[in-house]
Amino acid sequence: MSALARVWQSDIAWSFRHAPVAMVAALVFAVLVIASLAAPLVAPHTPFEPGSLNLMDGFTPPMGEGMGSGSVFWLGTDDQGRDVFSTILYGMRLSLMIGLAAVALAAALGVTLGLIAGYVGGWIDALIMRVADIQLTFPSILVALLIFGVARGLLPPESREQMAIWVLILSIGLSEWVQFARTVRGSAMVEAKKDYVQAARLVGRKPSAILFHHLLPNVLGPVLVIATISLALAIIAEATLSFLGVGAPPTRPSLGTLIRIGQDFLFSGEWWILLFPALTLLALALSVNLLGDWLRDVMNPKLR
Amino acid sequence: MFAYVVRRALQGVLVLFVIAFIAFSMFRFIGDPLESMLPREATAADRVELRDRLGLDDPVPLQFVRFVGDAVQGEFGISYRNGVPVAEMLAERLPATLELAAVSAIFAAVLGIGLGVYTAIHRDGWLANAIMSASLIGVSLPTFLIGVLLIWLFAVELGWLPSFGRGETGELFGWRSSLVTVSGLKSMILPALTLGLYQMTLVMRLVRAEMLEVLRTDYIRFARARGLSERAVNFGHALKNTLVPVITIIGLQLGQITAFAIVTETVFQWPGVGLLFINAVQFVDIPIMATYLLLVGVLFVAINLVVDVLYAVVDPRLRVERVAARA
Repeated sequence: MSALARVWQSDIAWSFRHAPVAMVAALVFAVLVIASLAAPLVAPHTPFEPGSLNLMDGFTPPMGEGMGSGSVFWLGTDDQGRDVFSTILYGMRLSLMIGLAAVALAAALGVTLGLIAGYVGGWIDALIMRVADIQLTFPSILVALLIFGVARGLLPPESREQMAIWVLILSIGLSEWVQFARTVRGSAMVEAKKDYVQAARLVGRKPSAILFHHLLPNVLGPVLVIATISLALAIIAEATLSFLGVGAPPTRPSLGTLIRIGQDFLFSGEWWILLFPALTLLALALSVNLLGDWLRDVMNPKLR
Repeated sequence: MFAYVVRRALQGVLVLFVIAFIAFSMFRFIGDPLESMLPREATAADRVELRDRLGLDDPVPLQFVRFVGDAVQGEFGISYRNGVPVAEMLAERLPATLELAAVSAIFAAVLGIGLGVYTAIHRDGWLANAIMSASLIGVSLPTFLIGVLLIWLFAVELGWLPSFGRGETGELFGWRSSLVTVSGLKSMILPALTLGLYQMTLVMRLVRAEMLEVLRTDYIRFARARGLSERAVNFGHALKNTLVPVITIIGLQLGQITAFAIVTETVFQWPGVGLLFINAVQFVDIPIMATYLLLVGVLFVAINLVVDVLYAVVDPRLRVERVAARA
């Protein structure tokens, strides 16, 4: 039996095949991911090369022909004649990249701190969990905004634009680590009492080796669920920050920046500049959310 | 009981101190306060003078004590960007935010409880199912998108409501309020809806879940057996018993409203504290950021304290262990 067939026969795959909502969500998510990965190949235009733009194409409605270049724009163009479909593809690519990187950072930080808190215990545990508690009561957008503001203050003005994306990843990552830490701490406390950990200790392995070679693989299950749900939260957080004008710059827009730009043209009737990025964001967030919900139910033994 | 409240309050004070320290470090160590506050043509003598006045040469702990002392007296420094005392700007902006938050909280509570009761009683009705499905989409929509879509529908397409600002304000109990003029009330609708929608869906789902649980209990069946009217059973018996957890969750959600308010105020250019803060972040106006952090910190500690005390009053079993605060 090949590995692929084994995966297909597994419990998770079985419940996947019997959950139409999860299948649709996975399909939508896969299409969006592939489209954004292949953006340079799929996009009919290159929206961020000033040389390829024709200002006469500006404000072309969906399916309309540009007045300047004469080419057809499926989803219309914005004020500078940038093809909305292409900007969405590139914007989604950036949104996904920032979201994934932020979740990776949050997971690395949260899992490490959670492992330490659960295994070492004592005042270190109390300190880490106290910080987590305080941060949990603060809305994550607020934490991200504060980190963003501080980072802006520390960086020289000329490098702010380039650093904006890294600051986004950092601030979202730092505001989402708590859920990982809490869950991992709980499982680490349970695992730490088990025989294999005691054995590893008796053999004289270093604490760091016990943490990362012995405990880590055994606490990773729930992390996947939290990571999926965090990804949806991170994508929305990134869009919100960019919408508020403190995220990705207009020269390299993410979905949130595109929606912010589109809002300016709402009153003059160019609805497509706003609506299509908004729908894309919604599809992305909703599909990840639904996948996360399904995964949580599958991984929860109480619901079997 | 008394000892519990005192311990909680002391913990709150400790948390406030940490927050105050973060705010102080932002003010003291990010950028150069002198550079930001002095005009370009300032002389070296001006610098020394301001340095002395701000006490930047004193030991850092002493500066921190002074920072806290000033903050307690409502003295938060001067905005880097427009040279106005931060306390003055806050006093001007705070009523707008409080008004918006209050209206949206009332909207969320009334409609959330009403719809929650309805969907619980008619749990298999098509309308109840439609409301439940719509609420799922409402939870997935980011706040700013709700605001933008509402503007598109009601301000641009239909032209019924204004899309930004507070409208005309009138005098109400000594503050500028938009609740007393027609244009003010009209401008209030969309922002309040945007801010309250998420909380509303949350309250609704919570009330529904609690109601379904309570409706299954024996005392409801006895109440029915006694021949009480449906209304007396649903509202007099069932709803009353669902309200305790609902009230505590609403209390905790009040804190989340601050974050949603930033977004809502940006979408609608509502001249409140949230918009002030987001502009401060964009222009690195540290005194305003630090003050906002302090303000939110006080608000959160106060809310958590009140909720903790409420738990203890309501349920003696919880006096030691705090239940998970999240729904």
